[in-house]
Amino acid sequence: MFSIFEILRDNWLLLLIGQYPNGPLGGIACTLILSVLGILLAFPLSVLLALARLSPWRLLNWPATALVYVARGVPLLMIILWVYFLVPLLIGRNVSGFVTMLCTLVLYEGAYLAEVVRAGIEALPKGQMEAARALGHSHLGAMRLVILPQALFNMLPSMLSQFVSTIKETTLGYVINVPELTFAANQINNQLLTKPFQVFFILAIIYFIVCWSLTRAATALERRIEARRAGPRRAGTAPQPTVVVETLAAEP
Amino acid sequence: MKGFDLMAILLNPEFGRMLWHGAQMTLVIALGSWLFAMSLAVVLLVVRLTPSRIAQRGVVAYVSYHQNVPTLVQLMLWYFGISSLLPDVLQGWLGEHSGESVFAIIALGLCQAAYFSEDLRSGLRSVPPGQAEAARALGHGYVGAMRHVLMPQAIRNAVPALVNHSVSLFKNSSLAMAIGVAELTHAVKEIENQSFRAFESYLIATLMYLAFSLLIMFAGAWLGRRARVATAR
Repeated sequence: MFSIFEILRDNWLLLLIGQYPNGPLGGIACTLILSVLGILLAFPLSVLLALARLSPWRLLNWPATALVYVARGVPLLMIILWVYFLVPLLIGRNVSGFVTMLCTLVLYEGAYLAEVVRAGIEALPKGQMEAARALGHSHLGAMRLVILPQALFNMLPSMLSQFVSTIKETTLGYVINVPELTFAANQINNQLLTKPFQVFFILAIIYFIVCWSLTRAATALERRIEARRAGPRRAGTAPQPTVVVETLAAEP
Repeated sequence: MKGFDLMAILLNPEFGRMLWHGAQMTLVIALGSWLFAMSLAVVLLVVRLTPSRIAQRGVVAYVSYHQNVPTLVQLMLWYFGISSLLPDVLQGWLGEHSGESVFAIIALGLCQAAYFSEDLRSGLRSVPPGQAEAARALGHGYVGAMRHVLMPQAIRNAVPALVNHSVSLFKNSSLAMAIGVAELTHAVKEIENQSFRAFESYLIATLMYLAFSLLIMFAGAWLGRRARVATAR
């Protein structure tokens, strides 16, 4: 049990930023940068994919649907292998493991987030779109100004939990030598050789702390958004009983 | 670069054998951990429903650990970490009898059990409370009400989520490659190393994975439709 603290004391910098000044940025910093960039770049892709999925034109609908099903049906590891092989072929030069992993995450998360966005759009009452069209907005204008702002706001908690999934998926970067947290832990394990349980236990605890706190934040956010959505309705109905009470009181 | 030729891999006896064994291993791991996960999920659900606070907290902690730690890290903790704590005799035996796949099944099963038990629990929670009261009023005991009235409805409600998580369990079986299990992804990397035909070998594996995942999804959709018909009656 004691050795856990010793390992942490000797290697905390490697776990935090990897071999940064002397090598690439790694450790938790790399994991977080990779997942933040991944989700940020995946987001616009997911909105486009969701709109394509909802579009009545087959030319848009079918490729987007196919991409979503491929991402849902093929292991992430397989997609990493594809990107690792195809991206250098397409752009004509080698790319780092970091870029490979980032491209994979954007594709994979883009497809998953697209389903979240689609569900968010479909969950809005139909009247929203009809009213916006009746006010003279075009379909795209209504989407941009009326539907998406509401849908995206309601989806914030799901997006946060998708971010947690992204953090968990960055661990696969270890397979293609991205110097993220899991890679750093394996480095430490290879140096020590005798304490694999302690090293991987530390690794699991670090991931747990990061992901658990984000999951809690997502739950809290969900509650606040639900309260906010229910709020105006409650405020609108609240004054009525008081009026009734007053008239009753005035009767005798 | 060589021309596109799928048959160079499919008809090569060595590569064909590797693919076949890889696919078999993937199925063994996916099926083994699915069965393990489902039985454990039922146990977890039962424990979660007991009135004991401590037992409930234990299940909550179990679920949130397995949902918040990456599956790959859980695999590594089992294969590199927990295996090193076992007595030497057991370690030696596991080393000889492909211990890596045993640990893959254990780790994937433990992880997925958390998701399955949550699916079952939310399925049970969406059964209206009147059902339990009505079943008790008709003279069922707690266990009888659970078995004949509540669980059948809960499982029906949980089917879509269970299917989604079964697909992700199947996909996660590829992670076993990182601890050296010779499953499909591992086999395909080997074939690619030997044949230098990355495109063809990845394509074959991708299609195999996709076919199986779609099969699970469609089977799930069919089950879901059947369940709706049963409720409508």
